[in-house]
Amino acid sequence: MSDLPPYPPLDPTTYDLIIVGTGVSESILSAAASSSGTSVLHLDPNPFYGSHSASLSLPDLTSFLHSNSLSPPPPPPSDTPDFLSVDLATRSLYSSVEIATFDSSILDERHSRKFNVDLCGPRVLFCADESINLMLKSGSNNYVEFKSVDASFVGDSSGELRSVPDSRAAIFKDKSLGLMEKKQLMKFFKLVQAHLAAAAASSTESDEGAVKIAEEDMESPFVDFLAKMPLPPKIKSIILYGIAMVDYDQDNVEACGDLLKTREGIARLALYITSIGRFSNALGALIYPIYGQGELPQAFCRRAAVKGCIYVLRMPITALLLDKASELIVVETGGYKGVRLATGQEIFSQKLILDPCITVGSESMSSLTDQQKETLRVLVPKSISSEGKIARGICIIRGSVKADISNALVVYPPKSLFPEQLAAIRVLQLGSGLAVCPADMHVLYFSTVCENDDQGKAALLSAMSTLIKPQVPENLQSDSAVENDTAEAAKPVVLWRALYVQAMVKGEFGGSISSAASPDGNLSYNELVESAVKLYEQLMGSEELFKEETSPDNTTEEENDGGVEIEA
Amino acid sequence: MELEIINQTPIKPAAFSINCTKQPLSLSLSLSLSLSLSLESRCYVTLADQKFESHTLAYLTFVSYHRRNMHGRPRKAYKPEEEAASAAKAAKLRGLQSQFMANHHNKIYTKEAVDLSTKLLEINPEAYTAWNYRKLAVEDKLSGIESDPDLVKTILDEELRVVESALKQNFKSYGAWHHRKWVLSKGNSSVGNELRLLDNFQKLDTRNFHAWNYRRFVVELTKRSEQDELEYTDDMIGSDFSNYSAWHNRSVLLSSLLARKADGFLPNKKIPDEYKLVQNAIFTDEDDQSGWFYHLWLLDQTVNVETPLLTSSWPSHSSRISLYAGCSKGSFSKLTTFGSESGSFPLVLYFDQAVGGVSSSTVTIDSELKGNEDLVWEPVSKKNSQVSCVWVARLKYISSEPCFGKEYKVKVRVGNSPGIVSSRGCNFSASYEFVFTAHVHDTVEESSQDGIVSWKDGFDIWDAESKDLNALATLDRSNAQMDSKWRQEAIAEEIDLFRELPDSKIGKLTLARLLMAKAMISDDAVKGVHYNEILELYKDLMALDSSHYQYYKDEHSVALLRKVTSSTEDLSGHLFRCRNMNNSVCLRLNNLSLSRIASVEKLLFVQMLDLSHNELHSTEGLEAMQLLSCLNLSHNRIRSFSSLDSLRHLKQLRVLDVSHNHIGEHSVDTTRYLCSSPLSNSEWPQDEVGSQMPSLVTKYWDAYFVLRDLNLKQLDITGNVIAGDEFSSFVLQVAPKLVWLDGKKLEI
Repeated sequence: MSDLPPYPPLDPTTYDLIIVGTGVSESILSAAASSSGTSVLHLDPNPFYGSHSASLSLPDLTSFLHSNSLSPPPPPPSDTPDFLSVDLATRSLYSSVEIATFDSSILDERHSRKFNVDLCGPRVLFCADESINLMLKSGSNNYVEFKSVDASFVGDSSGELRSVPDSRAAIFKDKSLGLMEKKQLMKFFKLVQAHLAAAAASSTESDEGAVKIAEEDMESPFVDFLAKMPLPPKIKSIILYGIAMVDYDQDNVEACGDLLKTREGIARLALYITSIGRFSNALGALIYPIYGQGELPQAFCRRAAVKGCIYVLRMPITALLLDKASELIVVETGGYKGVRLATGQEIFSQKLILDPCITVGSESMSSLTDQQKETLRVLVPKSISSEGKIARGICIIRGSVKADISNALVVYPPKSLFPEQLAAIRVLQLGSGLAVCPADMHVLYFSTVCENDDQGKAALLSAMSTLIKPQVPENLQSDSAVENDTAEAAKPVVLWRALYVQAMVKGEFGGSISSAASPDGNLSYNELVESAVKLYEQLMGSEELFKEETSPDNTTEEENDGGVEIEA
Repeated sequence: MELEIINQTPIKPAAFSINCTKQPLSLSLSLSLSLSLSLESRCYVTLADQKFESHTLAYLTFVSYHRRNMHGRPRKAYKPEEEAASAAKAAKLRGLQSQFMANHHNKIYTKEAVDLSTKLLEINPEAYTAWNYRKLAVEDKLSGIESDPDLVKTILDEELRVVESALKQNFKSYGAWHHRKWVLSKGNSSVGNELRLLDNFQKLDTRNFHAWNYRRFVVELTKRSEQDELEYTDDMIGSDFSNYSAWHNRSVLLSSLLARKADGFLPNKKIPDEYKLVQNAIFTDEDDQSGWFYHLWLLDQTVNVETPLLTSSWPSHSSRISLYAGCSKGSFSKLTTFGSESGSFPLVLYFDQAVGGVSSSTVTIDSELKGNEDLVWEPVSKKNSQVSCVWVARLKYISSEPCFGKEYKVKVRVGNSPGIVSSRGCNFSASYEFVFTAHVHDTVEESSQDGIVSWKDGFDIWDAESKDLNALATLDRSNAQMDSKWRQEAIAEEIDLFRELPDSKIGKLTLARLLMAKAMISDDAVKGVHYNEILELYKDLMALDSSHYQYYKDEHSVALLRKVTSSTEDLSGHLFRCRNMNNSVCLRLNNLSLSRIASVEKLLFVQMLDLSHNELHSTEGLEAMQLLSCLNLSHNRIRSFSSLDSLRHLKQLRVLDVSHNHIGEHSVDTTRYLCSSPLSNSEWPQDEVGSQMPSLVTKYWDAYFVLRDLNLKQLDITGNVIAGDEFSSFVLQVAPKLVWLDGKKLEI
């Protein structure tokens, strides 16, 4: 960032809201606030949009992961006469970053612009999920196009991938389920559908005679309810991990980080079921944005810009400005006045939302009053392990994990790869059709929730070795490598690999200064959107997001060869 | 009826065929509406041009009707501006059509005139006259430039384009599809695009029968292989297995491929695969009927053999029958004895399906009995049609020369020379030969010739002369060169599977049908095992599904009768000796709540039958029992003499009890309209009784037709509404040989 071009001073210098960081949460907040008439200044220290949800080229991704691993040196302390300045620090969300290149040609100039690799993968959108609803409501859907994820599979250590029978037609065509299993599974889906229909009807009409799942079942663990249906273990596993996208082993109550209740399980199935067929072009439940996940925060930012938000990239902030005289502190702001930019300019606002990696060192806190400490509390780093960690992996491969299928989701349920596997591992393969990589390659994203870095990375490596042919890094390659296993030979070859562990930081409301959430370990944006909506309501006093219905201005678009346009 | 109307569309009576697939409601709605439109246009051709006006109006009414009632969802009432727009559209259409009509009258086929019709059709694809005008215009243009293939192609391509845009407006337009077929049948134009176009329409509405029909047309035209089409149904079923149109097309294609034994299409290989496919549909969603329909079709393919087979005969193979002269009641104290005044006995052939062409040339008889050189074979069927399951010939055993006390061998060869053909057109190919011995006796007993036959009591258990019954065994179907192994295996697998699916009505019914099918194609040895299960299933179904009660009841009766006739042990449990009648053997199937008669092919030997206290509505099926002489039908649900029509074929019948039925109870006899009306029958006024009491014959004409042809000595009619003095006096006239009426001896 040393080669920052000189910026002209910003004008105006006072805003209702300053947001730092252009991740998904921050971008939603910025678009929502701008739409409601709030004046917003949206800053990002990086030269690209998206922060931790960005899609980057391979070199940019590498440098982002590494640069974030190292805390930049604190800027020289500089006090202004009018305000108390509190220096900010940056903590890294990423640890154990490990990047290996097996085929250096991948970093060639001719390829470099063809990669759009996600930082927060694997991630997709359910056609019926909240992020889609929010995009439609805000009008940001005009800036993104999607394509379907063609198939989902459940895998195991044998390397076999069984397709997830997630619809009537899929159950009919499935080759691995027995006839009675098909019957049981379909019966269960029908029960869920009847329950949802009854629930929808009972909100408006009387619910007599409707088929509903009993209330006591709704509070029981979902895994027990599935066993009661009765569904055999194989199908139970498919529903839990392949459709409801549960992380932890539901059969092991002690080790399970999160035991899913039937109510929540049914809600997840409902999301899946309603996603199928919501958009006529989308084949299944899942869609992915063309050019990568980074398109989503950008779309919200564009929407915000249309509504008057001012954007400045490559602009870190170095310090917070607080009122000096404690007796003058206005209660609403808690003494917060504004921020100092890296250029030295001071900008003022009522409220501030910060990227999850921005913190205040405890040494800076010590000199503050209790009132000021309270104002800055969300910036005090908590022990990260309490929030949980997500191990992520990215592999660029030549070939595909499943013949004839480009975009696919693979889930390895707990214990499916090795006995100690605690949580489900999700793998998303994306192809050049989504403009994320060159034509003959695929990008594979891996993730699993974990307690520590080693555990998480070991789990991901196990999944990688099941799907991909192992390969020694280019500099260690020798001719003695024997490849005579035909099953191994059919597997795709890895060209480039990244492994890292991301800390999960939850968003937090802190009055005038709030912190946005980092990407979480889920497959979808649902929880992230939920927390952004909650934060917005706290900031704006329970005002509804995008309450003015924005109708898409331009719905006619060019032929997009199989792309999914989402329209209200 | 609907089909006929379509076939009368103007100019070209096209070969529209509607496949009988399940269509969604909206389709049938538009079907009936477009039918009314095509009717209009037909009127136009024959009557006058102003009809065209009403045609267009009908279209507009159709549009507005559709807008209000599509799929039962009420539409909002028209707003004033919409009314205005609709009126403007109508006015525009009227303007267009009057111009168009003027062109049509004056046979103007200029580019402008044809373009006008294009415009009209793009708004209203139902305008038949405009399509016909275009056909004339095309003919007109083609007549000039026949030699230039490029120009011809341009003209025809333009027609295809117009049809395509009309179909975009309404892809259910008969006129447009018809025009397209017409253009393609002109040849010269490329058909490559047709399947691509169809794919789009079939994606839009997978059960669009216009598209499916047109698809078959294109397939035939392009000589696309049936295998490819079968794969197409794979795709369609894979994407939505509720698409019965696709299943139906599959069955049509498979039938054809199997029939011509296409490469890899042997029934023993292919049918089991199809079972696997349809199982997936049924088990995935047992509430969807498409799979069940296809399963039923498969079962039919598994059980039924196209070629007709001989099921049984009387006398049966290697049996020894005793023949007496004169009708001696003592004569049926044994199952194998028979007596007749006429001195002839019936030779009965029972086929598994209706056949024609049974004659002295197709069935040869080699016998020492004299006077049977030119046998007359008669079909035993309702309306004297020339096809029947049952054929009978009467062999004389008393001829001029004394023959008593002698044994005669009779050798019968069925299907020796070709000519026996099923009603479906398949030849009887499995020629069969059987031999029996006839022992001709002098009449010895001459006791209670005119005694009354009582059904009340005096029945003794039949002292099982199993030797007699063994000789009655029917022909084993496995003899008949049927490749039954794969069929048995397929059905056995299905039975195992459907035993797991017992909680639905259709599941129970299918299991019952499968078990029945198994019984039908298995060896005698394993028969009978599952009959109780079948009976239980139908009992359950009767309780579960009252709206189809009578169907289940009938099937229950069929299964029960098959059980009774499945083995000699079962059958002998129903055989009794009638003490009052010289220990004659009587088959008693009373009190079984039978509603239908079945398994007659195994009961051809029966001479005395008790069916009392059942729920029979009709005697259909009994006509095959040519030896029957005493029949008890009391306490059943017979509603009219028309229901006894089949008894007319029973030349030996002497004793009939129809007391305590419902004859005459229902003033309106619906079956009457199915019978030939007495007024159209030219023979009855000429005969004796008819001319003596025409009013009674008119009143009791159904009784008249039955009783006139019978030769009854004893009749019981009490307990019916029809019974009374007037009817009794009528009966005495019609049946002059009657000795006992309602238990009273008649004084003559």
